[in-house]
Amino acid sequence: MNRFDYARPASVAEAVQAGTGEQVRYLAGGTNLIDLMKENVDQPTTVIDINCLPLNAIEELDGGGLRLGALVPNSDTAWDVRVEQRYPLLSSAILAGASPQLRNAATNGGNLNQRTRCYYFYDVATPCNKRKPGSGCGAIGGVNRIHAILGASDQCIATHPSDMCVALAVLDAIVQVTGPEGDRAIPIADYHRLPGDEPWRDNTLKPGELVTGIDLPAEDFTRNYTYLKLRDRLSYAFALVSIAVAMRIEGSTIAEARVALGGVAHKPWRSTEAEKLLKDRQPSPEAFGAFADALLAGAVGQGENDFKIPLARKGIVRALKQAAEATPQSQTDKRVA
Amino acid sequence: MPIGTVTTTLTINGETRTRAIEPWTTLLDLLREGEDLIGTKKGCDHGQCGACTVLVDGRRINSCLKLAVTLDGAEITTIEGLGQPGNLHPLQSAFCDHDAFQCGYCTPGQICSAQGLINEGKAKTRDEVRELMSGNLCRCGAYTNIIDAVLDVIGEQA
Repeated sequence: MNRFDYARPASVAEAVQAGTGEQVRYLAGGTNLIDLMKENVDQPTTVIDINCLPLNAIEELDGGGLRLGALVPNSDTAWDVRVEQRYPLLSSAILAGASPQLRNAATNGGNLNQRTRCYYFYDVATPCNKRKPGSGCGAIGGVNRIHAILGASDQCIATHPSDMCVALAVLDAIVQVTGPEGDRAIPIADYHRLPGDEPWRDNTLKPGELVTGIDLPAEDFTRNYTYLKLRDRLSYAFALVSIAVAMRIEGSTIAEARVALGGVAHKPWRSTEAEKLLKDRQPSPEAFGAFADALLAGAVGQGENDFKIPLARKGIVRALKQAAEATPQSQTDKRVA
Repeated sequence: MPIGTVTTTLTINGETRTRAIEPWTTLLDLLREGEDLIGTKKGCDHGQCGACTVLVDGRRINSCLKLAVTLDGAEITTIEGLGQPGNLHPLQSAFCDHDAFQCGYCTPGQICSAQGLINEGKAKTRDEVRELMSGNLCRCGAYTNIIDAVLDVIGEQA
């Protein structure tokens, strides 16, 4: 790890004031940043420890939503009784990720901002356009079993590794940020971005901006939901494909269904256009399959990850069935019902 | 080049220690190199194996991914603080009774993690213990006996 200056501001305003500069990093739980620094993937000259900032509460919002403080640990979020009761999809997704120790340290803001686990991004001996713009992409034509099948570019095929963010995408969360130019609210769909020709930009944060919280709008997806995570091990592994579903069923028809995929793109993958195919339909394998085909339209394998396309299709159908039948995937009993 | 240390006070296994710490020092390196508490093990050093698990204010974390200076004022418990030869912690006794280790390298992390699991109070069943101990790898493959040992202690406390 390189040497750096260390600052521990006492207020958000002080933190933002100190936070501008190319090699300045905000440090929260550290579970990703410290690892990147050990690998020399990131070499900040200044580290701003934000752990003392008052962003560590979960609060009620007017209208029935919740605001998740940026510094609330993932485990406290997943096990908060309000989140468990009102947003069980989010609890389930968080508990599907990482390990208990990591979830105790990792924060909500840090989870949003974690970097890809692409092998080439992590290996400074190889080219990577995300780590070193213009150096090339080792994953294209290389070892790419874990890489993107949707939304990739000819410069980057990395995926966003989060489970939490896949649930946030379905819940239409709003990311609250502050920065040198003041506060703003970013819908989760606009927060992460596709790699395009600027793969070093994971999200739409501006320089110096700091995530302060995540707002969950009031929703009632407490019965028909699931987070189905498919991976090489049953625990403590990143998703090859994951599927978050939130559904409202009225009578015997689907009034609304929202679906996002993890592990397949540079951001949680969702199509509100495709979701219209499920509206006012009876739950059925045919309806679910047609939707899966629409959501996966344009999917392209990179060779080693070709299997993700049929895996995603089957996973989507299975997850929609779980949600429709109100039998959400258990994150402890790993059998897929 | 930045030079300097940050004065940091940590209570480690009940003893309050104030130290001048270089900011890039992880809690794991501080414990092993600075405080001579070598019970906590360095396995992968990347948060992937759990061998470095300690308790910070009663919560289990990977000490390899935590800068020591960020923990000013915290209470840290390592395996040395849980039990000692002749005065074993119930988890240590249960690991012996159940043959829950072979080489022993992951064991301090397993036991600290199990204490964290007990503090959390979420794991009751075998499936739940297995899932919530998944952050600790055992290359000898003693998992079955580790789960037996943890369940034994949870059962005693219930």
